[in-house]
Amino acid sequence: MLDDQSRAILRQLQAAPDISVPELAERVRLTPARVTRRLDKLQEEGIITGQEVVIDWAALGYTIHVALRITLDKTAPRAFDEFLAAARQVREVLEVQTFLGRVDARLALIAKDLPDYQRLYRDKILTLPHIADIEALMTVSTVKRDEALPL
Amino acid sequence: MSWDMTDFELLRLMQQDATQPTGRLGEKLGLSQPATWRRIKRLQDAGVIAGRRLRLDAAKLGFGVTVFLGVKLATKGRVSLEDFERAVTAIPEVQSVEHVLGLYDYRLRVVARDLSDFERVLRRRIMTLPGVGDVEANVLLSEERRPGPLST
Repeated sequence: MLDDQSRAILRQLQAAPDISVPELAERVRLTPARVTRRLDKLQEEGIITGQEVVIDWAALGYTIHVALRITLDKTAPRAFDEFLAAARQVREVLEVQTFLGRVDARLALIAKDLPDYQRLYRDKILTLPHIADIEALMTVSTVKRDEALPL
Repeated sequence: MSWDMTDFELLRLMQQDATQPTGRLGEKLGLSQPATWRRIKRLQDAGVIAGRRLRLDAAKLGFGVTVFLGVKLATKGRVSLEDFERAVTAIPEVQSVEHVLGLYDYRLRVVARDLSDFERVLRRRIMTLPGVGDVEANVLLSEERRPGPLST
């Protein structure tokens, strides 16, 4: 498990992923060399798997963000696999998740505006295989999205 | 603001790995380093690149369970929304909060060590939030992020 020093490093990195090593070293009270060694180790162990940019799709013109909660017809033997494979082909899908619970899968879908959404929904979503039921939740605002772990 | 395919390709590369030096990104796109840097700056200034996120292996850090909660508020009104949002964003286990239209009012992503740890978070932190009503939980089994319309 993590010791306090690695935990402190990860906390700082989660809050500011592009922080420089000297700055990070100062904040966690270690030498830059030790911080570098720790970072290398965290990467080797596969704890830090990378860094990505967060894209604001609205700024790119995709103002509609909808979560489609889908119940599948489980009487079909390969319902999950076939549904997921087809959902991956829809370019406007940002996330594909499967669940244990009341819904089976969820697709995060973006669209430029409501007519665009309606077109996508009719032509690309409703035509996906094995759907028994769909509920749509439209995102009004994102209140928190850092997705940080409580270290 | 208008964006071309090169901007999209640049975003896709930075979505995969944001630590690549500008020079290497430029090589992949057939652009000079300064030209690449100008495009990144333009994307940042326009707010398209909204920030950077560290990718961690949650399971290796002991977080074995991710649950999505649909939360319906029992009482509504401007004050209760603000109270709820303030309180819910302060919970460390809550990774994201979206205000939604539809069956629920909010959609939360919650991480926990295991199911009993999740139960603790649900009982002590979520069910005690101001104005909270019905809560529906779905345990995440698998997750895949797609490049979206950036893919060619």
